[in-house]
Amino acid sequence: MEEVDILCPTGHLATVPFEEESFWRGVEKEPDFICADSGSNDIGPQPFGSDTPVCEEKWQQHDLELMLRGSRQLDVPMIIGSASDTGSNRGVDQFVRLINETADEYDLDEFTLATIYSDVDRESLIQRIDGGEVVEGLHDRAPLDTETIAETDPIVAAMGVEPIIEALDGGADVIICGRAVDPAIFAAPAIWSGMPKDIAYFSGKVMECASFLAKPFAGKESIMGTIREEEVVLEALSEYQHTTPESVAGHAMYERADPNVEHVPGGYVDMENCVYESVDGERTRVSGPVFHDSDSYKVKLEGASAVGERRIKVVGLRDPKVIEQIDEAIAYSREKVAEQFEDDEYEVHYHVYGKNGVMGELEPTVETASHELAVVVEGIAPTEQVAKEVTSLAGSSFFYVRLPGIKGTAGTAAFMSDEVFKANRAYEWSVNHLLELDHPRALHEVEYTTVGGEADA
Amino acid sequence: MPKKTLYELTKTVRSKNASVDHITFDVIFSDQAVYEYVRDNRLVTEEDIAALYDIPLEKINVFVYFDPAKALKFTLSRPQPSGGPGEGDVYGAQQYAPLFDVELSIPESLAD
Repeated sequence: MEEVDILCPTGHLATVPFEEESFWRGVEKEPDFICADSGSNDIGPQPFGSDTPVCEEKWQQHDLELMLRGSRQLDVPMIIGSASDTGSNRGVDQFVRLINETADEYDLDEFTLATIYSDVDRESLIQRIDGGEVVEGLHDRAPLDTETIAETDPIVAAMGVEPIIEALDGGADVIICGRAVDPAIFAAPAIWSGMPKDIAYFSGKVMECASFLAKPFAGKESIMGTIREEEVVLEALSEYQHTTPESVAGHAMYERADPNVEHVPGGYVDMENCVYESVDGERTRVSGPVFHDSDSYKVKLEGASAVGERRIKVVGLRDPKVIEQIDEAIAYSREKVAEQFEDDEYEVHYHVYGKNGVMGELEPTVETASHELAVVVEGIAPTEQVAKEVTSLAGSSFFYVRLPGIKGTAGTAAFMSDEVFKANRAYEWSVNHLLELDHPRALHEVEYTTVGGEADA
Repeated sequence: MPKKTLYELTKTVRSKNASVDHITFDVIFSDQAVYEYVRDNRLVTEEDIAALYDIPLEKINVFVYFDPAKALKFTLSRPQPSGGPGEGDVYGAQQYAPLFDVELSIPESLAD
């Protein structure tokens, strides 16, 4: 194949529904593949640890349905990465159900659905570590230990291109991947079609957020990437957007620590010598990325473990004497909690909006200038009851705060409602590690089923 | 030389997670000549960023001027991983604001 056209309608499937008009304009151009990423660790540890989606199923169904109809209309493969936000087995199964429902609803002709699960078998991981293998931590984290594995469920392994290429070899029309590195969803069909890894991986990196690479800013419009041996041409499909060398280069560095290096399983893309050129004022061509194979094949493991039950209380402050002494007021609240819960395990955090609630310790502004503050009290404990009591006492202590100069003795805080709100369990990232594989498909098996057609009706 | 703020000299200033332990910052200049002047004269340095955010230099993992995007880009280790207890910016999306007020001396000829 001399060139491969990939249509991408959204940068993260179903955060909000993608725009239909530019998508169908893309379908009219008869792409060779329709691909979208559906997950990210940006959403934080809570969805990963609790194994729940953050996107509404209504929008997931909307996005999958359009992609499936477009894909079946053209009879070209559709590839979804990191199904249902976290890419766990739960996410893959959920998307398979939605694909089946759509196939039934539209009486679609028979097609082959491939699934690639990415949950890691924790027992075999524990055995490997017990056997002396070191699973290295990313970013100064300690090597993975078996205790951490035991309390982290699920652990997902982000796949590279190889399992997806295998599914294409196997004749898959629709591929639902568990956790996958974002560029792989696009690089796999490009490599499978005969394109070099250099341009294929770069294309994946720059395309995975869809219309983020075009201007003016829009999050949910479709784009087309035309991948050739030496270059990729990027085109915005909405009527009001276009790509420029600057908009594409600006996006190429988005969300990445280093603008010149993108690591994927099996190697990295060097973007130092990329050349960005306008094709016709509307589209942008990029050439020059180089892919370097690494000596070993490593996949990233991700997982989060529970810290405890969590409750929230919202405290409003208007008394200037309390605001002036907000640090002391927090210390007072903390002390009152400590007096009552000295035998309990708990954490209490004070998010002071109006001071440093957003930036925490990175906030350079020292003095609080606001005439009012909101303190969101976050209490965490092993049981719901203790979490509720801790949060209640920590919040209510602002009502009775005793500090110099205070005259408002009927209550030194305003509650939007004097209640403690139930929050989801608190989680923290416990697994962010690299696991070496014997071969690139060692963890990610491809399974096939037939969907649609007479037999299914 | 007149002083201009980064807010005045840029069209995009943003921050975002780059995996769960890092926040990366993109400062995209509006004008090619201004970008080159800032880059060539190192008007913003790693030391400036460390001072602004009051962090040790070793917390800055990447600090580069990235020509294709007319951008200064740097990446910090997060004070704690995203979304854990007590953490307040799960996407790392609001950590750029202090950059707005950074003042740079720009030659008169480039300042308009």
